[in-house]
Amino acid sequence: MIDVLAPGPYATIQDLGRPGYAHLGVPRSGAADERALTLANRLVGNPEGHAGIELTFGGARLRFADPAWIAVTGAPCPLYLAGRVAEMYAPVWVPAGAELVVGAPAAGLRTYLAVRGGVEVEAVLGSRSHDSLSGLGPPPLRPGDRLPVGVAGDRPITVDAVPGPAFPAAPVLGVLPGPREDWFTEEALRAFYGTPYEITPESNRVGVRLRGAALHRAREGEIPSEGMVTGAVQVPPDGRPIVFLPDHPPTGGYPVIGVLTSRALAVIAQLRPGDQVRFRPGGPGAR
Amino acid sequence: MTSGAGRVAGIRPAGDRAVLIELDDLDSVRRLHEELSRAHITGVADIVPGARTLLVIADRPHGTALAAAVRLARGPAAPSGGTAPPATVRLPIRYDGADLADVARRCGITVAEVIERHSRPRYTAAFLGLSPGFAYLVGLDPVLRLPRRDTPRTSVPAGAVAMASEFTGVYPRSSPGGWHLLGTVEERLWDLDRDPPALITAGVAVRFEPIA
Repeated sequence: MIDVLAPGPYATIQDLGRPGYAHLGVPRSGAADERALTLANRLVGNPEGHAGIELTFGGARLRFADPAWIAVTGAPCPLYLAGRVAEMYAPVWVPAGAELVVGAPAAGLRTYLAVRGGVEVEAVLGSRSHDSLSGLGPPPLRPGDRLPVGVAGDRPITVDAVPGPAFPAAPVLGVLPGPREDWFTEEALRAFYGTPYEITPESNRVGVRLRGAALHRAREGEIPSEGMVTGAVQVPPDGRPIVFLPDHPPTGGYPVIGVLTSRALAVIAQLRPGDQVRFRPGGPGAR
Repeated sequence: MTSGAGRVAGIRPAGDRAVLIELDDLDSVRRLHEELSRAHITGVADIVPGARTLLVIADRPHGTALAAAVRLARGPAAPSGGTAPPATVRLPIRYDGADLADVARRCGITVAEVIERHSRPRYTAAFLGLSPGFAYLVGLDPVLRLPRRDTPRTSVPAGAVAMASEFTGVYPRSSPGGWHLLGTVEERLWDLDRDPPALITAGVAVRFEPIA
């Protein structure tokens, strides 16, 4: 069992989400920074899709009732285990009864904790992810929650530590054009790919809302609702783009000017309100 | 359409792990959705119907699943009879919605006529969205088409039947909502103990049957 003493500003259980139900109106959900969660799982010898804890702005305190192997990845936070400094991006042995304190991240937004065996709360439609849009899955963590830990598999822990990724201050993100790029004026495309945008405080797991040059449409009317992907840059009538994160609605009626590459998605999921970002058109294989 | 050449109106890119297939009408969407689902293409994670489109999402970037899906879509359609006719869901409805009188006034007809015009058509579920199990039903009488309410309600009860624009639908659970409330159904639209959990899936026909 893991006892949640304090969850920090916002903490949820996440795995790789609920693929296969979008046609029923169910968001995919899952870790916002998939790369970080899967790495944390690999570090403790879990299958990549085991459920872990996604912390937003760090700040959590957890007590481990039983001994455990854990790994913490994503936004780099100071870690203290039983009062001593512990490493991120490495498997860490936690003795029974020890308390883990996660500080505030120096950079980035979301920090992931994996435990060997996985967090084994009840799964809903094949996933333990909290979906902030539909409410499916376990609710956000609260003080006093007790999280069961699953039985570890046979896979050994093979790595001592890995280097963490960089968290650049103003990243340039690759965007693949379409599907509705033709709905926008030349001027809008120049602005989108040529001027910086700022992450606003209204951003959450549904979408990153951007402030910057408004993107005007070349045509009137609405698109008959169509399926949406994570990473889609949707532009409502006010011209302010929204980048969809995993809890986005599976269908929508606003045109999508472009879609972030899978790599870029992991980067934008780590940006905080006030951070700046630029977009550039990326071809196949763009990073 | 029975030949492959004409049924796909266009293919649009949607990032490194999805493709948007454009089709001419709802029925083509339903048929191709069924064909693609039945094909169980390895690496396809989701197939999401829209009003005129199917979005095919792969489980990883740059895989071969999308090309396989596009090949199938561009190929000849399944022979007629290969796809089952749409099922019909019948929903007993009580026309007790809070906006009934207002809708009648705004449409310039009586409440009885609103009920008659709403319960007459055989609707088709075009696609799902908004919340799990919420189906956008098309086939609404043009006389009843109203824009969404200026001020959405903060809470609409589960089972509420509502309409806005060209759509009608049933709220699967209590949620905020900007549509005009016409009535209530008792059926559970979303039930996690059922497979699939959604009572109404894309492509099915829906009839509202007034309870006397």
